[in-house]
Amino acid sequence: MTKLVTLTIDGMQVSVPEGTLVVDAAKKIGIEIPVFCYHPKMEPVGMCRMCLVEIGRPVIDRSTGQPVLEDDGSPKIQFSPNLETACTTPVGAGMVVLGATEKARSGREDIIEFLLTSHPLDCPICDKGGECPLQNLTIKYGSGQSRYLYDEKKHFVKHVSLGELIFLDRERCIQCGRCVRFQSEIVDDPVIGFFHRGRALEIVTYSNPGFDSYFSGNTTDICPVGALTTADFRFGARPWELNKAASICNHCPVGCNLTMNVRREAASGGDWVVKRVMPRQNESVNEIWVCDKGRFGYHFAASSSNDQTSFKRLSQPLVRKNAGSDHPGELVPASWDEALSVVSERFAEAGDGLLALAGGRLANEDLFNLKQLTTTLGGEAVLYTHMAGGELTTQLGIQPGSDIGTMGQGDAILVVACDLMEEAPIWWLRVKQAAERGSQLIILNSRSTKLDQAAAFVLRYPFGAETSAVLAMLNALSEKRLRLPEAVQVLERDPTLQAAAEVFSGANNALIMYGSDCIGLTESQALAQACANLLDATGHVGRPNNGLLGVWPRANDQGAWELGFQTQTKLEDALGAAAALYIVAADPAGDDPTYLGQSGFGGKAFVVVQDLYLTQTARLADVVLPAQSWIERDGSFTSGERRAQRFYPVIPPRTAPVSRAESPSTNKAPLLIAGDEVMESPLPDFAITAMITLRIDSEARITASSAARVFNQMAETVPAFSDQTYLELAQVHEQWPIVGRDDLYYGGTSYENTGGLGMQLALNTSDTPSTTRLAGTTVEFIRMPKLGQIAFPIARLYDRGKTLMPSQLLHERIGEPYIVLNVNDAEMLRIQDGDVVHMTVANREPDSPDRVTTGQTVVVQARLDQELPERVVLVPRSFGIPIDKPTPVEIRRTE
Amino acid sequence: MSKYPAGENNSYILLRQRAIPDLDNLDIYRQHGGFTVLEKAITSMKPDEVIEVVKGSGLRGRGGAGFPTGLKWSFIDKDNWPHYVVANADESEPGTFKDREIMEGNPYQFLEGIAICAYAIQSSAAYIYLRGEFWQISANLDRHIEALGVAGLLGDNLFGSDYSLHIYTHLGAGAYICGEETALLESMGGKLGQPRLRPPFPPSFGLFGKPTVVNNVETLTNVPPIVERGAEWYRTMGTEKSSGPKIFSLSGRVSRPGNYELPLGTTFRELIYEHGGGIPNGRSIKAIMAAGASSALIVANDEALDTPMDYESVPALGAQLGSASVIVIDDSISIPWLINKTTHFFKHESCGKCTPCREGTYWMMHLTDRIANANATQEDVALLHAVASQIRGKCLCALGEFSIEPVLSGIERFKADFDTAVSETNNN
Ligand SMILES: Cc1cc2nc3c(=O)[nH]c(=O)nc-3n(C[C@H](O)[C@H](O)[C@H](O)COP(=O)(O)O)c2cc1C
Ligand code: SF4
Ligand code: SF4
Ligand code: SF4
Ligand code: FES
Repeated sequence: MTKLVTLTIDGMQVSVPEGTLVVDAAKKIGIEIPVFCYHPKMEPVGMCRMCLVEIGRPVIDRSTGQPVLEDDGSPKIQFSPNLETACTTPVGAGMVVLGATEKARSGREDIIEFLLTSHPLDCPICDKGGECPLQNLTIKYGSGQSRYLYDEKKHFVKHVSLGELIFLDRERCIQCGRCVRFQSEIVDDPVIGFFHRGRALEIVTYSNPGFDSYFSGNTTDICPVGALTTADFRFGARPWELNKAASICNHCPVGCNLTMNVRREAASGGDWVVKRVMPRQNESVNEIWVCDKGRFGYHFAASSSNDQTSFKRLSQPLVRKNAGSDHPGELVPASWDEALSVVSERFAEAGDGLLALAGGRLANEDLFNLKQLTTTLGGEAVLYTHMAGGELTTQLGIQPGSDIGTMGQGDAILVVACDLMEEAPIWWLRVKQAAERGSQLIILNSRSTKLDQAAAFVLRYPFGAETSAVLAMLNALSEKRLRLPEAVQVLERDPTLQAAAEVFSGANNALIMYGSDCIGLTESQALAQACANLLDATGHVGRPNNGLLGVWPRANDQGAWELGFQTQTKLEDALGAAAALYIVAADPAGDDPTYLGQSGFGGKAFVVVQDLYLTQTARLADVVLPAQSWIERDGSFTSGERRAQRFYPVIPPRTAPVSRAESPSTNKAPLLIAGDEVMESPLPDFAITAMITLRIDSEARITASSAARVFNQMAETVPAFSDQTYLELAQVHEQWPIVGRDDLYYGGTSYENTGGLGMQLALNTSDTPSTTRLAGTTVEFIRMPKLGQIAFPIARLYDRGKTLMPSQLLHERIGEPYIVLNVNDAEMLRIQDGDVVHMTVANREPDSPDRVTTGQTVVVQARLDQELPERVVLVPRSFGIPIDKPTPVEIRRTE
Repeated sequence: MSKYPAGENNSYILLRQRAIPDLDNLDIYRQHGGFTVLEKAITSMKPDEVIEVVKGSGLRGRGGAGFPTGLKWSFIDKDNWPHYVVANADESEPGTFKDREIMEGNPYQFLEGIAICAYAIQSSAAYIYLRGEFWQISANLDRHIEALGVAGLLGDNLFGSDYSLHIYTHLGAGAYICGEETALLESMGGKLGQPRLRPPFPPSFGLFGKPTVVNNVETLTNVPPIVERGAEWYRTMGTEKSSGPKIFSLSGRVSRPGNYELPLGTTFRELIYEHGGGIPNGRSIKAIMAAGASSALIVANDEALDTPMDYESVPALGAQLGSASVIVIDDSISIPWLINKTTHFFKHESCGKCTPCREGTYWMMHLTDRIANANATQEDVALLHAVASQIRGKCLCALGEFSIEPVLSGIERFKADFDTAVSETNNN
């Protein structure tokens, strides 16, 4: 236990742990000490001098070591002649801090006056106005009058772009250094810095593209003035015009808590429009940060049917009509009633021939109802993913009480086959910080990733040998040694691996995070099994901060695993064999035309697609059902840390016709009245599925009425959710640091969490015991072909997926489709860096890995890499290149 | 006879090249006893004994703050290794040009001082941080360091011991703030030259985060004679609390500006009139800046002129001795003009890290511009005083605090000059 120190601040006694800074001690008891440069997540620097206080310390008699007493017996306190900075001074026993005195107050007034001499005071056109610490503190400590001559102000050209995402107004910058320190101290992306000195000091970016960091948007939250603004929000709205709603990021399994700011706009026909996405504090998930994908990648959900781009949203059900023997007919608008009756009839007919294929961006409630439907009919519920092993995470995953933020000395984290920065940036940050706190970070991968810099052990395995590599660690710890392929024997003998294995085994707590870097479904299943075996053998299961954590490609894949969804290694066969297909939030045909088989999913199935857009798959469907995006409704997601978290309606369903009814008050905006027309508009996925099911079986235990009811039904049925209620997910407790109240100067504009911190799921212990569960792991290994290359899929945070492309402002960062080639291979193929090449994908059944048959061909740009082994080609996922597992390819230069 | 005479007139302890030609030649330096002190220290003294001698000598830092040198060395954290020595050769204070003369004329004594200091704190790497404009000196020092290596006086296993030392030079980019020791350390670490928050101080957290002694060039040059002749001998020079010789850089309106090596405690009158030859052109002395641009202006009356220049007496005049760069101001100079110069300097050199200095120097510059150019009113003078006062005591480092010294003392002690300046506004 840390020692507590008691001191007095403005007459109030407070006891805080030794080492606490005076400024934080004051915050804990609600006393305001204004700050600009200090931020509770960063080391103090004492730059702005705003936090001035008077500090007195007990006088100690040197000879006795005892405090000197006043006549009245109270300890004699000596005050230093100068004001001191509360942000740099640690508390001391018996210290007396005075922040409300005339002297302290005038010190702060002096600082504010200094800051304003250089400030443009353009609040009326400043995006920060209304939530600006400088503005707020000026109202409190500023003089009504300026003693500074206006024309002696320093001027800069305004609005310098630090890259296309973040803009800088140098006149507004108060040189607090928060942005620079955030980038170097917190996220280890020191791509911005101070240039010059004195009043000429300005923020510059060193990277190309400018401000090249996945975390850049956070600097706009902590910038205490309007110097840093996002390209997305600047000039977009004034903060006081905005409403807010709590949400959860839908882009990756971290499940960052968000607040979305919305307002109604005439330009959008009176619709509610999302103006920006802000982090919402959850110290166990994302603290007060989000990555730029979460911040800037919301447009897909907010797009509408008026959208003129290819991201035009579906507004009503479509049913295929007029099909003949020689022509496919066409999709025509239909009523929900009509569409649902067709669907329910055909599903009932299909019976156990129904295959529901669901995408991992669906909510728990959607997935649960889908599962209820397939259970009712005896069909199959399949998760559309390239990464397996989820059932192991429900059994050996992390459990309630787990929090990477609490891992440190004595703990270990093994990250395998994963590029955390690209797959789940906030986890990258949390794991890096755990390593900084003393956790032993072990990285197993076939190639270098940014996380390597934070690791205690970095181990490389040959491409395709991830499972063997984990087993090599297991071998290092056990008597019975599995025989491993030759290719990993070098690694197996590596003393670093031995040391890493021992550290892992001896750790108090240990996590394994596995991803899908360079692997597909089959490989990830084996890998997960090997990881589970390692955890089991080292006793790192069944306790908080221990277990297996999947770095899934989608935000709610974990939810799907918890609800019993399966994977399908031979998906195109399964699709072809099904009597009816219910494809929800997935676009297999768009991702890879091979899924269509010879004649569109085998040709005989009845295909229903439920989605936001008319996807490639939807174009082939018999019925298309329009779904609401997650921000148009409520529900819950389960994060990779097995935390069920609620999201709330942010905007009304996009295509709901806006009622023209006028509000009776002359001052109020028109009222939004949901009329009957809404029934022809998109509906929540869970509701659509429930309506279909109920039409098949009116007795079915399934509900369309509300996400809350679905959730509670789920809690009754699914053991993992049994400890939870929808209401409890909305509970919050006090978090440190305190952010988002009226003291924005302290933590920045990240929102306080009032919408719920979520709850972690209990482990699934009902399944078979661990012996059979963990029985065998087959050691397969992808051999390199004698001819041609093997393409390995990698993740890029910014991809060309359908949930990101609608965010225009990210297009420059996303870039065009590309592949990465080894330099020697490239030389042989006469390919130079930047050349456009043809890549031909082999048959999707690489039974014989050496066989390269002609498949689809894509035209991509080639990038060269010195480090890649020969014959290895890296291919980014979701870039329109149909590679989701190691796949033989042929590459040739485009003549 | 020792190579170091007692500090009488024209008998040099620091600027010995003035008496011995070609002292920047290693052979000549050795002929005059060079590096025997280092040898003595390494072969016959324990590191702590060296520190004790320096402590006993009463040597105080010559870089400006006058901090006891031996005490600083004894603060070095012995639980954290390695240790470093950094010689501060940034010499950027306007009116200070003593370190330059030492490094040009008597470089080996300086290097020997570094080596003894390094031995005392058991550091095997020492750095010399020179202001960017000293590139020629830096190149020369590199040659001298090389010569020492060749002569076996620097490098591994010195004098057959297991003690090794290497010395490196490092050029700054010419920023005044990089003379401040923590900004200097940042700059050496490849970062922006801005002061660090203290504590921790360099002896516990210095170069590359390791315990470091930072000393001024002149301070280190005092070390070989102290270790050779002992603390007692050293204390025979100077005053009780300010012992030893000091190089006074004399400039401004004097007949013979230049460096004068004199015992601490020499009076202003002796320096300016005996050594400096008094005020030229029949002018009379008006003010003295004892610490370069960072000085409060001393009204040059008889009392002031008879004040001994040491670390106790100058503060009694409401000023500082600093690095003892004595700038003489005669009666032809208008104080508003003078503080306009100093304020421009500080505005230009403010690193910008903290608000009061960054904004305050900028504001003061505008005010002094207008006052000096007869474009201001009494209110502006009062405002200038207020602005300077509100900078006071709030800065992160001493630069900001220095910047207000000439301003406040100028307005308070030379009010008439400001009245004149303002009255000219009305005539405009
Ligand atoms: C703004 C500023 C500039 C300084 N410039 C120098 C300098 O140029 N040379 C120097 O030796 N010390 C300079 N100092 C003092 C150093 O911070 C430090 O006190 C000194 O190098 C310690 O050495 P000493 O104890 O031998 O004097 C400066 C201090 C400040 C605040
Ligand atoms: S841009 Fe903002 S956060 Fe960065 S230094 Fe300036 S005021 Fe501080
Ligand atoms: S880290 Fe993941 S969940 Fe968090 S904001 Fe980024 S994409 Fe969204
Ligand atoms: S006082 Fe001036 S030089 Fe020193 S830290 Fe502050 S701004 Fe920089
Ligand atoms: S100096 Fe304390 S908040 Fe900036």
